[in-house]
Amino acid sequence: MGLMDRHAIIEKNATLLLVGSLLVVTVGGIVEIAPLFYLDNTIEKVEGMRPYSPLELAGRNIYVREGCYLCHSQMIRPFRDEVERYGHYSLAAESMYDHPFQWGSKRTGPDLARVGDRYSNGWHVQHLTDPRSVVPESIMPSYAFLKDAPIEVKDFSTHLVANRRVGVPYNDDMIAHANADLMAQADPNADTSGLEARYPKAKVGDFDGNPQQVTEMDALVAYLQMLGTLVDFKNYDDAAGYR
Amino acid sequence: MKFGTQIFALSLFTFAALAAAGFGADQPFRQHMWVLFFVLLGFVAILIRNTNFQVAAPIDPSAYMDGPIRYGTIATMFWGVVGMLVGVVIALQLAYPDLNIQPWFNFGRLRPLHTSGVVFAFGGNALLCTSLYVVQRTCRARLFGGDLAWFVFWGYQLFIVMAATGYLLGITESREYAEPEWYVDIWLTIVWVAYLILFLGTILKRKEPHIYVANWFYLSFIITVAMLHVVNNLSMPVSFLGSKSYSAFSGVQDALIQWWYGHNAVGFFLTAGFLGMMYYFVPKQANRPVYSYRLSIIHFWALIFLYIWAGPHHLHYTALPDWAQTLGMVFSIMLWMPSWGGMINGLMTLSGAWDKLRTDPIIRMMVMAIAFYGMSTFEGPMMSIKTVNSLSHYTDWTIGHVHSGALGWVGMISFGAIYYMAPKLWNRQRLYSLRLVTWHFWLATLGIVVYAAVMWVSGIMQGLMWREYDEQGFLVYSFAETVAAMHPYYVMRAIGGAMYLSGALIMAWNITMTILGYQREEEPMPGSVPALQPAE
Repeated sequence: MGLMDRHAIIEKNATLLLVGSLLVVTVGGIVEIAPLFYLDNTIEKVEGMRPYSPLELAGRNIYVREGCYLCHSQMIRPFRDEVERYGHYSLAAESMYDHPFQWGSKRTGPDLARVGDRYSNGWHVQHLTDPRSVVPESIMPSYAFLKDAPIEVKDFSTHLVANRRVGVPYNDDMIAHANADLMAQADPNADTSGLEARYPKAKVGDFDGNPQQVTEMDALVAYLQMLGTLVDFKNYDDAAGYR
Repeated sequence: MKFGTQIFALSLFTFAALAAAGFGADQPFRQHMWVLFFVLLGFVAILIRNTNFQVAAPIDPSAYMDGPIRYGTIATMFWGVVGMLVGVVIALQLAYPDLNIQPWFNFGRLRPLHTSGVVFAFGGNALLCTSLYVVQRTCRARLFGGDLAWFVFWGYQLFIVMAATGYLLGITESREYAEPEWYVDIWLTIVWVAYLILFLGTILKRKEPHIYVANWFYLSFIITVAMLHVVNNLSMPVSFLGSKSYSAFSGVQDALIQWWYGHNAVGFFLTAGFLGMMYYFVPKQANRPVYSYRLSIIHFWALIFLYIWAGPHHLHYTALPDWAQTLGMVFSIMLWMPSWGGMINGLMTLSGAWDKLRTDPIIRMMVMAIAFYGMSTFEGPMMSIKTVNSLSHYTDWTIGHVHSGALGWVGMISFGAIYYMAPKLWNRQRLYSLRLVTWHFWLATLGIVVYAAVMWVSGIMQGLMWREYDEQGFLVYSFAETVAAMHPYYVMRAIGGAMYLSGALIMAWNITMTILGYQREEEPMPGSVPALQPAE
């Protein structure tokens, strides 16, 4: 009885066919994905990574909501031209707190992994309001409506709690101050010493040019301005990080 | 009472949607629940208008259940036109950015509407209705579970409406081709499990000893998509009355799980399922048996085993560890073989019937579909080679590749299947017009060729411009200059897409007239009727 004849057994038994094909399709995923959760060297050892501040997280949610990832990657590949254009190639460690990841798959616009600190807040606001007024070749849509949308914060700590449940190390102090931190980061007159202790290197101040109100534009610009600025590459060992 | 339980259950859900619209934790969720409320209210109203208290006529258990398939055929056409229309709109937005209308109709919100519209609404309905058509006829059994097929059909349409309106409202998980948020995902899981029960139940009550090869592909597509959907969408909602959730995974693990899903949405939704379609409708339309039984066994198991491994080729040179990238590349290249096994089996089924290419535009469409399947399953493994990928990744080349698969393979084989099914489902002698099928065929084929060729040029050109250095060692082009260089290609791409869309519109007209029972007076296709020879 040849192998092909034995196949007739599967062809006559729907349950066997179902279970057989399910087993066959699980193998690849298990072999490729499971090790990423326990191999220690999957995520490089770096200094400076921290969870997003509440305002940055709110901005990131707007980035996700508007589908920015459809045209902008956040993943610099280790090629000469990309490193010269965008900065040090991206590390796995830099997105370890990203739920979900935003690496992207298409560059209709430039990579944004290290856009933080490259332009002024005013440039970002102008660019998001009317992209072609600062980059004539741009084909980006306008996001002027963000300036008029006050940020919706009923209880932003619930967002931090949800992140903590999936593994982001937000502590009780961060969760307790979530709402206050969110407002303080975009308020030029607020006392931000607590915020800056909880979230080192956080950019503070009015982002959207309208100090009266914390808007979605404040949040998005705060997020853009911190992208790629956390890891200190002076202390990073490329060779040790290779895997 | 006809529809009694349905009306009662739907009314409860309608009320729940109203409550959620009132008490939702965030604005988009409240808006989304209003949409759900009005959709469900409409359903209830239609059911109440159609109810009656007479005893229903008994159902003949030996007859095939074709009602949901007829609805599915119409839904396939409808969503196909909608999804392709949105595609043309976003193509034009890239050429003329002033066509963006913030906030609901910006590119970033419309693009998932296009991808989900064509993949899940058009492709999904095509798979749903053809699989139910095929499984009944190859098993000689009526669909399992009474009204379960109706639940699957309407449940799936509700999923589409909720996903689509959610995108416009900005409700997204940002996972490509899996964008709907957690509550829509849960609903799809319920519908999908019902689909599995419906399909498997029908196979189990079959009167044929063997399960036909098309059903292997459909079954593996249903079960694998269930696995992919559940794992990839694991997430933590912020509130049970809110739209936002955070993925259960982060960073590098999240990326690989997403592309394990993403590539196998292609591999199982857009390939295995449509191969099932090919294995039934090509032999039927050509009136020839499947070329090789052995080849179908080998390429079936090889295809489903290898496809799952190919995900990492979407993450070449990223922060994904090198071993995973290399593994993904090697398996992607191996995948070429079982893919071409399917192509050979499909094409060679025409052995002895190749003359039909001249006379039967439906066969022509199916053959073109298989040819594009072969072309894009060669291009895919080539693009998964790391050195090629370093140029093609992030560019329009990828977009072109996807469209030669989606427009060429998925679209054309679905059109062929619908042209075959429609007269049979509505008991018509023939289609309204075969000449319109020829028009559709040429518009679609030329549209794809324009689209793919333009995207090759723009993708490769932009990739080369990004990495071009002058003799002093400086980058030659700023990013903005490479964007400006894309403009003519984006215009031409929109024209290619519009040609394909116009073909689909012709088809919608043709199918509508067929359903309404008209037959166009027209010359028969040349060669289809043997020329009369005088007797000697």
